[in-house]
Amino acid sequence: MTSEVYFVDGTRTPFGRAGEKGMYWGTRADDLVVKATVGLLERNPQLPKDAVDDVAIAATTQTGDQGLTLGRTAAILAGLPTSVPGFAIDRMCAGGMTSVTTMASAIAFGAYDVALAGGVEHMGRHPMGLDADPNPRFLTEKIVAEDALFMGNTAERLHDRFPELTKERADFYGMRSQQKVEAAYQAGRIQPDLVPVAISSAEGWGLATEDEGRRPGTTMEGLATLKTPFRPHGRVTAGNSSPLTDGATMSLLASGESVEKYGLTPKMRLVNFAFAGVEPEVMGLGPVPSTEKALRKAGLKIEDIGLFELNEAFSVQVLSFLDHFGIDDDDPRVNLWGGAIALGHPLAASGPRLMMQLARQFAEHPEVRYGLTAMCVGLGQGGSVIWENPNWNGR
Amino acid sequence: MSQDPTAQYAAIDFTPLLQFSDDEVVTHSLVKDVKLPSGKTLALITLDNGRDHTRPSTLGPATLIELSGVLDGLTARAAAGEIAAVGITGKQFILAAGADLSKVGEIPSKDAAKMLAQLGHSTLGKLGALGVPSFAFVNGLALGGGVEIGLNSTYRTIDTSAAALALPEVFLGIIPGWGGATLLPNLIGIENALKVVVENPLKMNRMLGAHEAYELGIFDVEFDHVNFLEESLKWADGVLAGSIKVERKNAPGRIERTVKWPVALKIARDTIESRLGTVPKSPYAALDLLNKAKDGDIAAGFAREDEVLADLISGDQFAASIYAFNLVQGRAKKPVGAPDKSLAKKVTKVGVIGAGLMASQFALLFLRRLEVPVVITDLDQARVDKGLAYIHDELQKLADRGRLSRDQHNKLKALITGTTDRSQYADCDWVIEAVFEELSVKQDVFADFEKIVSPEAVFATNTSSLSVAQIGAKLEHPERLIGFHFFNPVAVMPLIEVVNAPATNETTLATAMLVAKNLKKNAIITTDSTGFVVNRVLAKVLGEAMRAVDDGTSFATVDEALAPLGLPMPPSELLDLVGLKVGAHVLDTHHAAWPERFYRSDNLHRVAELGALLEKDGKGKAKGVSRDAERLVKANLNPGGKPHTREQVLQAVQDGFADEVHRMLEEGVVAAPEDIDLALILGAGYPFQMGGLTPYLDRVGASERVFGGTFHSPKIVGAASREAAAAAV
Repeated sequence: MTSEVYFVDGTRTPFGRAGEKGMYWGTRADDLVVKATVGLLERNPQLPKDAVDDVAIAATTQTGDQGLTLGRTAAILAGLPTSVPGFAIDRMCAGGMTSVTTMASAIAFGAYDVALAGGVEHMGRHPMGLDADPNPRFLTEKIVAEDALFMGNTAERLHDRFPELTKERADFYGMRSQQKVEAAYQAGRIQPDLVPVAISSAEGWGLATEDEGRRPGTTMEGLATLKTPFRPHGRVTAGNSSPLTDGATMSLLASGESVEKYGLTPKMRLVNFAFAGVEPEVMGLGPVPSTEKALRKAGLKIEDIGLFELNEAFSVQVLSFLDHFGIDDDDPRVNLWGGAIALGHPLAASGPRLMMQLARQFAEHPEVRYGLTAMCVGLGQGGSVIWENPNWNGR
Repeated sequence: MSQDPTAQYAAIDFTPLLQFSDDEVVTHSLVKDVKLPSGKTLALITLDNGRDHTRPSTLGPATLIELSGVLDGLTARAAAGEIAAVGITGKQFILAAGADLSKVGEIPSKDAAKMLAQLGHSTLGKLGALGVPSFAFVNGLALGGGVEIGLNSTYRTIDTSAAALALPEVFLGIIPGWGGATLLPNLIGIENALKVVVENPLKMNRMLGAHEAYELGIFDVEFDHVNFLEESLKWADGVLAGSIKVERKNAPGRIERTVKWPVALKIARDTIESRLGTVPKSPYAALDLLNKAKDGDIAAGFAREDEVLADLISGDQFAASIYAFNLVQGRAKKPVGAPDKSLAKKVTKVGVIGAGLMASQFALLFLRRLEVPVVITDLDQARVDKGLAYIHDELQKLADRGRLSRDQHNKLKALITGTTDRSQYADCDWVIEAVFEELSVKQDVFADFEKIVSPEAVFATNTSSLSVAQIGAKLEHPERLIGFHFFNPVAVMPLIEVVNAPATNETTLATAMLVAKNLKKNAIITTDSTGFVVNRVLAKVLGEAMRAVDDGTSFATVDEALAPLGLPMPPSELLDLVGLKVGAHVLDTHHAAWPERFYRSDNLHRVAELGALLEKDGKGKAKGVSRDAERLVKANLNPGGKPHTREQVLQAVQDGFADEVHRMLEEGVVAAPEDIDLALILGAGYPFQMGGLTPYLDRVGASERVFGGTFHSPKIVGAASREAAAAAV
């Protein structure tokens, strides 16, 4: 009954700066998902639309234009036949990743042949935690520290826990992310998976074609001057954190049989995945146990991983992962084309973004057999997905 | 294109037009640079008046002058090599709804009218003379000047969800004069252009759907709404790169211009003449422009449009048309004198008394529009079954044509019932009768049903000639009774005269107004006075026609005499349409009410007995009055009568109209002359160019002759007439 699961393709909207000045302020969250979906379907025309077994869309704040069972609404609005069902998923920042693993599970089990999995977060219209009503027991019973509910504070807590993770290391990592993204843009490596989005504003219609939040001119000197909004004289700044972002991602998953049947060209094969929990106040550490678990399940060691796509919620959180596994801060296997600090992190949309970036790197690196996509999750979780490179040349 | 068609306007200073546009809702031309996939830059203009979609962007003088300046700037950028193309699109759902009609009526002179035409040409024409290609991305509603923005552009894309596209100018008494009449036939061929410019506007302002417009060749490509602008920009990039070749299969070739063109125009002209007569100017002006457009000389075409537009905009027919248009768009939707709709009772079940043709038509209409249970009844089951069969048959036809889904069809079939058991009317909130037009019959029917229904149920009568008050004479609760007068055919004609009888209460009136609205009809409120509005006016024209005939004037002379009015049909055909017996009865009724003013004709009864007034060809088209009818009338002329001249007939009708309308207003039959005009436009098809009736009566001097005043002050006339009047003082 089990089947291989392939990541066939992925597309996303360009990521926009959240807020009134951001390019998507006048664009609905569900429309972002729809644009990404239509773009993905259009470039895979050999796939009959009615072959899609299900559509999973994740969002952290599922309300208003980002609510109403996003997978189903997006499927209808994107012109999929009414026979194609859909649903919504939430695992905060790993929502999109969970869309992928959930759909992959159904394919692996044999229930599904083809599925769409994606995520969206319009943080301008739906700031994280807006309208949330955390159970008071969290604090009254000291189940979690107060810091746990504010992501910036959890990042400061990681600095506390690991004094060797200095602000300078965090800033340097942030600067390198900007530089690597810029280099990748210059080389045209990011753009192929971007679906242009028509954007309306008080200044008229425009077209979003590139990620909006990049700061290629970032310097260590400049970073040193930034405020530490989460703690006086703290270490976490806008320069070593991912910015608030609007964006949507979508990916196409298929069974081995479907890949043959529809003549699809898979970009990655799913090896295994895991999610795991840590103390919520150090949520950035989550990818460590989830990766160990996924490696164990896959029967692999960290040394087997040739390419890492780690979500950069905060520099310190990536660095804690690298330190744990004994990987250098500027290791060329890690986030080759930069990451969320420069591109942005539209929470539930980010997982598939890591995957589409890893998939393109696989194509350029046939010497690499395995890659890892991993990310931390609010309330103390980590998610890790291990992929195999179909282009692997065995060397 | 031999020369830049905008060159002829380069020296004109258009700023004087700003004088009468100080309260214009300006549509701004916002520009953003867009990077195309190839890396080229397209400057994208968004037309946006800053309001939501309920206030479509319009193109007034200030708007055009701003756009003109923006296009000049982009021409300079194109010359500097900064941009490879210009795009133009609109705010959400709307490209542009054309000229701002509320302003056009204020144009002070024929010179200003011409300047407005020139400003449109000068501005929109620049879209074709930027030095780089222009692309109109028509993302939604485009009317008149909105469509002409596209026509003046080099290429056009259309959003398949666009609400409507049209060149409605001829409907409003003008012509598409910002390039439409010249560019369109040269783009899509003469037959298609005739359809868009002339035929559709004359079919109650029919509009095009997006796909239909694409099929006609107005657009080069269509894209779905979901990523319309993205796809349009990608397509534009392909066109710029030459990887996409644009083919215009409907563009006219040499043979079309020389052979097909004159033939198509001749056919169109003959059709319009036979349908509308020659009074309305705009259709013929449009035909003339379309005819001349075959020379393909765009600059000359623009100049011709300027002249014609100046004439029409400053003319009386356009002033009356705008007045009429505003009535239909505004007053018709907010009827004067309607009580607050919160007073209306909810109608959850409808009872129709009768099962004949009229009753069945009512039942069908209530069923389709209100979607509540509808019950019909008659004297015996056989008649009821016949009525039900008719209704089921009509529903089936709608389903077969795809107008009803299967579920909807089943729903409506389940909602209609027929019975001879009157107790089934007990829970009806609205009961309408369609029984024989005789007072005692209607009185008794309502009195009988009053014993069955609740004390609050509303009773509606469709009487056209009886007193509503008298119909309710036997009712315990006459306050529940209202007149609800439909026009034939019930499904098509948009008017209902709601007759507010002396005893009728506010709840009943409010309910009737809401029911009319929910039936998608336009209601006007009248008093319980003979003929209400429409029949009283028709009785006047038919009465005067028969008076002339009975005095020895031929039917043909009478018909010709009234041709200058431009009414939908001459009296002989109107009599044939309403039925000779009905016509004679209408005259009798009005004569009985006002013997000194309304003429009745025994001859009409005689012809009715004979059977037919008109001779018709195989297709049912009238060829003229039958010899037998003429002979019968000639044998029974009024003693001492003399044939009337055409002038006498025309003036008698004009003056009779002015007198009767004046009296209706004095009596308070309706609130204002606007209501009479609206009723005649919607209930009798009176033309826009007359403004219904009263603007026409004012402008031909009938009002002045009859009561020494006018219905409207100032008179509803064009700038040319105002200028002439001022010069005469």
